[in-house]
Amino acid sequence: MKILYFAWLRSKIGVATETVDLPAEVGDVGALVEWLKTRSPKHADALANSTVVKVAVNQEHVPYDHPVGPGDEVALFPPVTGG
Amino acid sequence: MTVKVQSEDFDVGAELAVMTGGKTGIGGVTLFVGLVRDMAGGESVSAMTLEHYPGMTERQLEAIEAEARARWPLDDALIIHRYGRLEPGDRIVLVATASAHREAAFESCHFLIDWLKTKAPFWKMEATPEGERWVEAKASDDTAAARWAKPA
Repeated sequence: MKILYFAWLRSKIGVATETVDLPAEVGDVGALVEWLKTRSPKHADALANSTVVKVAVNQEHVPYDHPVGPGDEVALFPPVTGG
Repeated sequence: MTVKVQSEDFDVGAELAVMTGGKTGIGGVTLFVGLVRDMAGGESVSAMTLEHYPGMTERQLEAIEAEARARWPLDDALIIHRYGRLEPGDRIVLVATASAHREAAFESCHFLIDWLKTKAPFWKMEATPEGERWVEAKASDDTAAARWAKPA
């Protein structure tokens, strides 16, 4: 699975993208965020407050109960501030 | 219906001319142009850098433009949003809507900028005397977008 990070999530984690092998038990966005926290202290710090971590699956905004699978492109980012 | 995501500046008059050229059924155009301010939260801002999510940005802008077209009788709509490093006074975003009648143009332009601010994946980083900082989303932007929610 391809994971993308934007804005301060990217700065805190230190990479813009990473490819991960998804454990079988990770079936939705909420479980994915919890699992990503275990990858490093930087991940744990960046993802500590899930109320400010928004998620898109295949370039669509989704809630935390949205399913995820190995072929998905998942992006994690703070609330958007364009315009 | 046009969406452009670009680093370079845009010419409002030229864009307007292209949008309305030959379309004599248009009775009015509403334009919104967003600019970089030199102050934010009481601190001076010397520059702003806009990051975005290539691919998703265009998809989201096209989706909100389609939503505007479904809600109002529009002859045309245009969204241009810049990314990269900008300075105070620089143009950030242009939203333009054209319709036979002014109400549709005014309302759809307002709708587009409100929805863009909460749905299009852009993030601003400001350079201030205290250093660089990511701009936080405002609750007032969510409130502004929510007023366009369809009645249940």
